[in-house]
Amino acid sequence: MTSISEDIDLNNDASLVIDIPDALCERDKVKFTVHTKTTLSSFQKPEYSVQRQHEDFIWLHDTIVETEEYAGLIIPPAPPKPDFEGPREKMHKLGEGESSMTKEEYAKMKQELEKTVQVHEVFLQRLSSHPMFRKDRNFQIFLEYDQDLTVRRKNAKEMFGGFFKNMVKSADEVLISGVKEVDEFFEQEKNFLLDYSSKIKDATAKAEKMTRSHKNVADDYNHISGALNNTAADNNTAFKKHLEKCAEVFEKLRKVEDRMASDQELKLTELLRYYTRDIQAAKDLLYRRARALADYENSNKALDKARLKGKDVAQAEENQKQCLQKFDKLSESGKKELTSFKARRVVAFRKNLIEMTELEIKHAKNSVSLLQGSIEILKSN
Amino acid sequence: MAASSERSPPPFPDSEEPELLEDSDEEADAFTGTSISEMDSPSPDSTRPPKDIFNEPPEDIFSDPLSNINSEPQKKVDAKIPSPSSDEAVDLFSDPLDDDSEVMSSPEVQNPMPDLLNEPVEAPKSDSSSKSSSVKKAASAEMFGDDDDEEDLFKEPPKVVTKKPQPSGPPVDVFTEVKSDVKVKPQVKDDPTDLFAEEALTAPAPKPSSGSSSSRTNGVHSEEQDLFSEATVELSLDSPCNDRKNKEAVKPSVSAPAAPVASSSSKAPSKSLEELEEEESEDKFDLNISITNPEKVGDGMNAYMAYKVSTQTSLTMFRSKTFTVRRRFSDFLGLFEKLSEKHSQNGYLIPPPPEKSILGMTKVKVGKEDPSSAEFVERRRAALERYLQRVVSHPSLLQDPDVREFLEKEELPRAVSTQALSGAGFLKMLNKATDAVSKMTIKMNEQDVWFDEKIQDVENEEQHLRKLHVMVESLVNHRKELSGNTAVFAKSVAMLGSSEDNTALSRALSQLAEVEDRIEQLHQEQASNDFFTFSELLADYIRLLGAVRGCFDQRMKAWQRWQDAENMLQKKREAEAKLLWANKPDKLQQAKDEITEWEAKVTQYEREFERISATVRKEVIRFDKEKARDFNRQVIKYLESLLHSQQQLIKYWDAFLPEAKAIV
Repeated sequence: MTSISEDIDLNNDASLVIDIPDALCERDKVKFTVHTKTTLSSFQKPEYSVQRQHEDFIWLHDTIVETEEYAGLIIPPAPPKPDFEGPREKMHKLGEGESSMTKEEYAKMKQELEKTVQVHEVFLQRLSSHPMFRKDRNFQIFLEYDQDLTVRRKNAKEMFGGFFKNMVKSADEVLISGVKEVDEFFEQEKNFLLDYSSKIKDATAKAEKMTRSHKNVADDYNHISGALNNTAADNNTAFKKHLEKCAEVFEKLRKVEDRMASDQELKLTELLRYYTRDIQAAKDLLYRRARALADYENSNKALDKARLKGKDVAQAEENQKQCLQKFDKLSESGKKELTSFKARRVVAFRKNLIEMTELEIKHAKNSVSLLQGSIEILKSN
Repeated sequence: MAASSERSPPPFPDSEEPELLEDSDEEADAFTGTSISEMDSPSPDSTRPPKDIFNEPPEDIFSDPLSNINSEPQKKVDAKIPSPSSDEAVDLFSDPLDDDSEVMSSPEVQNPMPDLLNEPVEAPKSDSSSKSSSVKKAASAEMFGDDDDEEDLFKEPPKVVTKKPQPSGPPVDVFTEVKSDVKVKPQVKDDPTDLFAEEALTAPAPKPSSGSSSSRTNGVHSEEQDLFSEATVELSLDSPCNDRKNKEAVKPSVSAPAAPVASSSSKAPSKSLEELEEEESEDKFDLNISITNPEKVGDGMNAYMAYKVSTQTSLTMFRSKTFTVRRRFSDFLGLFEKLSEKHSQNGYLIPPPPEKSILGMTKVKVGKEDPSSAEFVERRRAALERYLQRVVSHPSLLQDPDVREFLEKEELPRAVSTQALSGAGFLKMLNKATDAVSKMTIKMNEQDVWFDEKIQDVENEEQHLRKLHVMVESLVNHRKELSGNTAVFAKSVAMLGSSEDNTALSRALSQLAEVEDRIEQLHQEQASNDFFTFSELLADYIRLLGAVRGCFDQRMKAWQRWQDAENMLQKKREAEAKLLWANKPDKLQQAKDEITEWEAKVTQYEREFERISATVRKEVIRFDKEKARDFNRQVIKYLESLLHSQQQLIKYWDAFLPEAKAIV
């Protein structure tokens, strides 16, 4: 379950270690236990354990995004809202008692929950491993404060506001895309990220579909096993044993096939999903820099105008200087961030692809020995 | 006896051939013996049984389901058979009744095999074994001379003859011939066996005691019991439950009668019928049918598919070892109808052909080379092949002239009726008719526990298999879906790889795309295995279980007829009583005649019912065995296909692993 977090946690710094050892489903929300161990002097205690909800994570993400200081950084993507398959009531059931659910459902829920925990954990670990974010005030509050953060959920207006902001941003992106790029590195990055983003989004959707149908196949094995058992139950001839044996084989096959499907989901689909979001974060960085560039160019124009008119020249000069500074700063840190992003992505892909391949081989080998054994038994009959 | 019982039962020698030869020897001996006895003993009561043997049973053996016996009726008369009827199967069961009642106090099931082996052997032992062959010739001539069908059989003396130590000429051939038929025809085999058994018991048997004891002890096949002990009341419906118990004791008892055989043959083949059957179909059933080359004939809506039906066999009943004919779908349906018409009322399980698919065929007719119509054609080809294989693996159906004609004859008269009536339609009609019957006879109080349970079992099983079939169909669909989604993903990953700016990662991604492409192929192949090996198997057996229910319904029909006759007889008796009361002697004679007539009918119908019960039972037991074997075979085949998929998967991922590791 820690595949991605390990990849992302590039600098294994022991001075600030965060994990989520536990999560609790309660009503319609999930409570994550966030566990922190630190040697940093900015923290008052070496160890914390607090309960946080998904909304708290979103709040933390938003405050970081809004912090001007971090404009030149790729801000770790916010974890997606816990999305459990099926209706919301199932969540209640999971909280209230497992008895009301079938084992199957429960296993599925558990898997979903684990995945959710994982992405939330990764988010915090990305922050903790970054030299800038780890010092963030809000981040520290998030980790330390032992009470409920009582972050309000966004109300409808704010939700709409967020939507509106996004609209503006997209419109702005189009607007500033006309601005001529001055740096070849960023020009390349922009083209790459735009292209890559659409490709990886597509690949993610396709991988999701593929793993879903793979799970269906595993489910069918399960149903077949059940139907075989039912057939066996009503049979009194020698055939009964045979049917039972077949049912057993299918039940075992289901387990292997299920593992295969869920490992593929975990190693491949999750990876693609994560990088879809991360690339979006990188694109956001490019946007902020492009915005700064546009601002700088505008300030240049304003300065020219001011000079022409001989009015407010000093103010315009000051403004132009600031814009340039900001732009330079963004460019500088952006370059660093994007370079490290690339390295991080390659490492993550490598690790996950290797792991997935090894798991595929392992499962296939399990199937082979299972099948060989079963065939032998059936042949001896 | 005891000695052999210890040594013979468990070892079922693998080398079947020599044994069989010996068997046939013995059989021949047996016959020599019997024929001798017939000739030797002019005394009226000892002649009779042998006469039975020679007159009817042989005919049964050879002509049994195939054709009506021409010379039969008059001979039958002395065999005391109430109605030889046109019903071929009657012959099988009708004769032994008096023997049984005479000799066997408890007409337990007789195991044909042992009988076949020991009693016959005894005969020659006591009498000087090889009597004049002319006698035999005469006997055989008498037996077979007038039967056309048999003539084919006997015209070709098999190679077996050469190996025979027996000096006897033609008659021996006759019997070897018989034996080779018997291989594929266990059903028929019983009859000769029993013939011999009874014969040994009654007439010449030098050791009648051993004979009778053996027949008593091998309480094996309930079917046979019913068959041969039918004259007595014990034979009634509830007897089978005893048989069941008896069945448990089959093996040990079987061995007992093998004792005498031991003296004459080194290897005493003590096998129960079931075992023999099994081995036969595995080792000796030498008839391979394959259907290939589906070909579209004609154009437009008159087009049809023709299939090449190739047969490969060493069975001497066929004119050559390999032959090929072209048949169209309706011919297959026609064969089914012919067989149903002839045999279903006797309780035989006629394998149903695949259903007619107007949609599928229309596609084939209209469409060019679209994959779904190719799949349809392949599906039908495979289904027809399985259907035909099931037909010929049925020992009695194989003997049917229509089956042979279907396999051998160049041109077949066009089956007309099937054009309108598909196999499914026909079955449905059949089912409807039988449904009506079963509704009518719902009051039938099933006294036979075996049938009671079996009918229930079959119904349950059909339900379960239907559900299972739905699940497997869903597996097929989901696997196809997976295959499609994998292909799409492969494309998408390839695109992602082309966008990737890290060279090694880009390469790895395009390699991954290739792996996924191969996996897509794998899934597709597996989906077709899911379908052809697993789903179609279930579909077949759902159809077959329907046919089994049809057999049960036929039995019920026979029961109904018997009951109706019983009621009628009751009415006639009441009428007689009334006449007596009213003192009307003039009409009394007529009433008495009617009673006699109906008494005969009741006996006949009852016997017919017993017979159909026995046949159905045998058929169902055979079906169960075939089914278990078929399932086992198919499931193994299916698991092997899965195994292959997984092995390929390992290969693909193994090859990919270095690529993933090469990412820098």
